[in-house]
Amino acid sequence: MSEKFDVIVVGAGPAGTSCAYTAAKNGLKVLLIERGEYPGAKNVMGGILYRKQLEEIIPEFWKEAPIERPVVEQRFWFLDKESMITTSYKGLEWAKEPYNNFTVLRAKFDKWFANKAVEQGALLINETVATECIVEDGKVVGVRTDRPDGEVYADVVVLADGVNSLLAKQLGFHKEWKPNEVALTVMEVLKLPSKTINERFNVKDGQGVSVEIFGDATHGILGTGFLYTNKDSVNIGVGTTLSGMMKKKLKPYELLEHVKQHPMIQPYIEGSETQEYLAHLIPEGGFNSVPKLVGNGVIVTGDAAQFVNAIHREGSNMAMSSGKIAAETIVKAKETGDFSERTLDSYRTEIYDSFIGKDLKKYKDAAHTFEENPQYFQEYVPLMNQAMNTFFTVDGTPKWEKQKKIIAKMTAGRGKIGLAKDMYKAWKAVK
Amino acid sequence: MNILVCIKQVPDTKIIKVNPKTNTLDRSSAPAILNPYDAHAVEEAVRLREIHGGKVIVLSMGPPQARNAIRKCVEIGADEGYLISDRRFAGADTLATSYALFKAIEKLQHEQGIDLVLCGKHAIDGDTGQVGPGIARRMEIPPLTNVIKVEEVDLEGGKLKVRRKIENGYELIQSSLPCLLTVEKEINEVAYSPLPNMLRAARYEPTVWTVDDLDDVDIKQLGLKGSPTIVGKMWPPEKSSGAEMIEGEAKEQVEKLLAITLEKRELFGVKGGEK
Repeated sequence: MSEKFDVIVVGAGPAGTSCAYTAAKNGLKVLLIERGEYPGAKNVMGGILYRKQLEEIIPEFWKEAPIERPVVEQRFWFLDKESMITTSYKGLEWAKEPYNNFTVLRAKFDKWFANKAVEQGALLINETVATECIVEDGKVVGVRTDRPDGEVYADVVVLADGVNSLLAKQLGFHKEWKPNEVALTVMEVLKLPSKTINERFNVKDGQGVSVEIFGDATHGILGTGFLYTNKDSVNIGVGTTLSGMMKKKLKPYELLEHVKQHPMIQPYIEGSETQEYLAHLIPEGGFNSVPKLVGNGVIVTGDAAQFVNAIHREGSNMAMSSGKIAAETIVKAKETGDFSERTLDSYRTEIYDSFIGKDLKKYKDAAHTFEENPQYFQEYVPLMNQAMNTFFTVDGTPKWEKQKKIIAKMTAGRGKIGLAKDMYKAWKAVK
Repeated sequence: MNILVCIKQVPDTKIIKVNPKTNTLDRSSAPAILNPYDAHAVEEAVRLREIHGGKVIVLSMGPPQARNAIRKCVEIGADEGYLISDRRFAGADTLATSYALFKAIEKLQHEQGIDLVLCGKHAIDGDTGQVGPGIARRMEIPPLTNVIKVEEVDLEGGKLKVRRKIENGYELIQSSLPCLLTVEKEINEVAYSPLPNMLRAARYEPTVWTVDDLDDVDIKQLGLKGSPTIVGKMWPPEKSSGAEMIEGEAKEQVEKLLAITLEKRELFGVKGGEK
């Protein structure tokens, strides 16, 4: 006879593990199914872990979690071919409790996090693929796995199976994602001595830097590059929409190679040794791509639900919060024993009332605006660089003449009105 | 038929790094896995149990983390797992290891009876293949190494027949029971574990014994103290020098190759030809 649990969670990433942790902590019988050799083996993100949402699940987690460095400085680089404009904020208050965010290596972090869920009583099985939901009388009652005698049952199945979410797709909650609804991120973990990292990034041990890179990093395709410091390695990567890559006929590794070779970036990673190469799809469809979130006996969380704020590069935090909210919804439902779509629907309303729904809504047009208007990345970043060059090059030209030149250049392409329109559009998209 | 399988948790040597200064394995650089040969031994035990009944008992020596290797065996289908874990076992070479395992087997033998002992051919971190035969010697049962097939088990007659891999072929051997087999990978394919096994393994807590749980142990024979092996020196094997590439038109290549062959006859004239 197949076993029955209160909750089956499919996928031991940030969403699934948060859900399993919270549900188990509240006394539910939880099964967490992971397809990788261990949690984290197949999981990829740039590497920034936000404090707030994990802290709500595990207070003071930084005392024991395998974090790399607390981030004390956020830099933004706007690249042209041989120049860049930089802006940054560095604050040493971020080097102390309660911190702001951290760099992590997912292979280590996810393993630790899943282990915390196991400590709370969740049952974790690895190397097992949930192939479909078992549906009876219009209700999801369990999952079928790829193993012999592979059926297992539960009151509620939580889908935290990541961006492609085959299970949600099978249930008809969403269609195959369109190429502009997903971004492809490719990255490498590059080994560097911690001393070298400290020198190059001007930090001490226990202090990290995050760099977001715009402009030439992506050959003008909508997307950004990043460079994050771990203890004795750096994560370097680049993410762009699939549609952009298809349009420009670029291969992911070519794009990453371009970033690594860029004269503004190369000195930071010189002499490093590639430790890992990772690539992953990121759901960046935003608000309008969020699938159906709830059904009878089933809830969708994390990447599977498109909970990613592409503009602010947030995803794992939304995943964790959504997993937690899912678990709390199920705990409440358990009291009445009613796991119908109507009861579980409070998950959906809570999501939309939380920062997840609000942020997704705020930026619902942002990615699309930037994608349909490539000038922001292709033209304005180089123009800004040229403006700076003109202004700061000491060549005897009076400054007001320089200003005139800069304005003429800025408006040459699209005209004054065009420029004003673009600025308004950009503002409207992120306002 | 109760079958005991000795297993070991090892670093995954496919990805392990060697410390360039000391030439020792950097064990922290690789995840710990169940020794692959041992997985085949457990699988064989499970298959024999399906035919002959009884149970499959797994035994290991190692640190507390080795419980994960035992859980892996439960996934494959083992019924019970025992781990002997104690600081006094640490630093053991194959002599001390086989002694410690033997003491645990004695206890299990006494408690539930053991008809057959299985081991992997060797562990992939040491490659010695000595512990299996060492246990057999102490148990005073026949060791049959490099087994690629269990042909026949005659429980009533107290004997079994196996196929062993040898240098240029195989041999069929009959032995009395109990005996000890060390198995090659060819013996079976480890089956994809059914889900109920996975659930059972995730919950499974192996029995952990310390030295004090075993009877009549001679402490002097344990751990570093009981290990006469001395590692004199360690070095990475020399890398073979690069191959010579023969280039040019097909005809040129053949001529060059012939010239080399004629010049270095000793490389090729092994059998049949003049030396």
